[in-house]
Amino acid sequence: MRLTQTFAAGAFLFVMPFAFVQAGTLDTVKQRGHVQCGVNTGLPGFSFPDDTGRWSGLDVDVCRAVAAAVFGDAEKVKFTPLNAKERFTALQSGEIDVLSRNTTWTQTRDTSLGLNFTGVTYYDGQGFMVKKNLGIKGAKELDGAAVCIQAGTTTELNLDDYFRTNNMKYSPITYDKGAETVKGFEAGRCDVLTSDQSQLYALRIQLKDPDSAMVLPEVISKEPLGPVVRQGDDEWFNVVKWALFAMVEAEDLGVSSQNVDEMKANSKNPSIRRLIGLEGIAGKGLGLPDDWAYQIVKQLGNYSEAFERNVGQGSPLKISRGLNALWTAGGLQYPPPFR
Amino acid sequence: MAADRFEPHPELAPPAMTIGVVGWLRQNLFSSVASSVLTLLALYLLYLVIPPLIQWAIVNANWFGANRDDCTGGGACWVFIAKRLHQFIYGFYPEAERWRVNLTFGLLVVLMVPLFIRAFPKKVWLGVFLLFGYPVLAFFLLYGGFGLERIATDQWGGLMLTLVLSAVGMVASLPLGILLALGRRSSMPIVRTFCVAFIELWRGVPLITVLFMSSVMLPLFLPEGVTLDKLLRALIGITLFESAYMAEVVRGGLQAIPGGQYEAAKALGLSFWKSMSLIVMPQALKLVIPGIVNTFIALFKDTTLVIIIGLFDLLGAVEAAIKDPNWLGYAIEGYVFAALVFWVFCYGMSRYSQALERQLSTGHTR
Repeated sequence: MRLTQTFAAGAFLFVMPFAFVQAGTLDTVKQRGHVQCGVNTGLPGFSFPDDTGRWSGLDVDVCRAVAAAVFGDAEKVKFTPLNAKERFTALQSGEIDVLSRNTTWTQTRDTSLGLNFTGVTYYDGQGFMVKKNLGIKGAKELDGAAVCIQAGTTTELNLDDYFRTNNMKYSPITYDKGAETVKGFEAGRCDVLTSDQSQLYALRIQLKDPDSAMVLPEVISKEPLGPVVRQGDDEWFNVVKWALFAMVEAEDLGVSSQNVDEMKANSKNPSIRRLIGLEGIAGKGLGLPDDWAYQIVKQLGNYSEAFERNVGQGSPLKISRGLNALWTAGGLQYPPPFR
Repeated sequence: MAADRFEPHPELAPPAMTIGVVGWLRQNLFSSVASSVLTLLALYLLYLVIPPLIQWAIVNANWFGANRDDCTGGGACWVFIAKRLHQFIYGFYPEAERWRVNLTFGLLVVLMVPLFIRAFPKKVWLGVFLLFGYPVLAFFLLYGGFGLERIATDQWGGLMLTLVLSAVGMVASLPLGILLALGRRSSMPIVRTFCVAFIELWRGVPLITVLFMSSVMLPLFLPEGVTLDKLLRALIGITLFESAYMAEVVRGGLQAIPGGQYEAAKALGLSFWKSMSLIVMPQALKLVIPGIVNTFIALFKDTTLVIIIGLFDLLGAVEAAIKDPNWLGYAIEGYVFAALVFWVFCYGMSRYSQALERQLSTGHTR
């Protein structure tokens, strides 16, 4: 009897963090006065400290958007830099409120970790970069190539799957860090370099002559990256989900940080008036102030502004929108209507 | 009559080939054919390595500027280091509060200097204050309290964090290690078994595993909402880990003390603790200074592993900085800078230990 009790208590201790969920993350966050956000320890364009020590990047801006929605102040957020291996534990244990750390939305993660993905910040996918002078136009011509891989969670697996399905051979050369991979590629250790597309651009500008290399059009894996919250707290789940939607919807409606004040004063468009919180349900369903979406757009801009500033034309990475364009421009970003 | 007196012939100068620069060269670099070949080979290697290095690090390097556009020389871009220096030193410590870090470490240096001066009076009390008073003072200066703004440990970083981690690790692991070493040689079975188990357990796992457990597993066992400070977790992990190594170093010293010393102490009627602290330990610790400093240097460098639990020590701050798209491609400069800083500290420790050995040498060597 004693033994079973001890055992049960032990099992309970172990399972508890997974099964239990903090009552009302939104209330906890409001009470605490800031959002605690888990980000990458350093990923170009997505999460990195800038010259002044301020965290910047697309993933970081998602955290700021949540803070702007909850507090009306995008600065009321603190960042916890996390490694790939500890990111889910940090969320499960309540150390952070939201995880915005280039995390791929997969079935396993969504269903078995006690976590929920709230949307897609960035549609990524694994791609290839080759030297232009090889004259290769597509990934199907890569039979027999030496491939530089930046060791990652699934990069090697995807690569192997792709070459096996297409009956091609390759010899892998694995590196640990981005800088090493680039040096290996530059020194001619390999013909082609593979990584997630968003990172290929970051690796490319580290080449002595970035124009000597090109990124192939093929994408061999689906990597939808999005914010993650604990499962079972629907109120908080909604807040994070709609904070991102608000940025995309603002772009869809042509509202930006530049014109949002003017729109607030003059716009007759009912969709815009609902987004800004002048009409309709505004913040009631979310338990947020009515101007929550206005604050996001005013302080961080719409999705396009955030994208271009961090990874797009306004940044050294110069990644094109591609799959991350709005649905009206051939991309996949499609916000549900605000009404 | 003068011819009768013995006049020694004036001494001849030594052969020109054995003195001065030529003599030194012949003796040290070209004493044999093999030696000459090796010398020439080494000179050739230096010729291959040094000029390009100087070219890269100094001649073609850019030192001043605001961003990567100012790095046009084709050599090292020290602008990157200059722009990020504050981050490499203070991490995310708020700019307005950095004087506290400066004060903390400035105070440490000022307090340490007298310890190096042999004739300084009342050094013991200074040492006692450094070991027990100063850490408390440093904690409140860095962390806040008593009217100072609280700076959470997640904002600590850079060299400052490296120094905090290693200083705490060193200061805490030495006494713990001494106790463990004594425990391991104890005749009391429970104490001995515990100490042996502790030492073997902690020596048997890599530090990276310890840090991982502290950051990934520990939070799962704590009640919901209870979070132990990340830095504290790392500090505890590092201290326990290093104390196991320290225990073995100290035990080596204890074993080198002849049994007669123990017996003499007993014959004088000294208690166990008195005989240890007055007779055995002073001799044993003096013997193992190289081993202790070796462990300290290893510990200092091991602190870089905290990057895997998301703490930005000096190396971590460098690695985060090279991920800034505006500075992509300047990884080498960052790593060279970090290596240089680490070398300066480790070499300093090594020199200090040698000086200490000389100072404490009581002439066992002939």
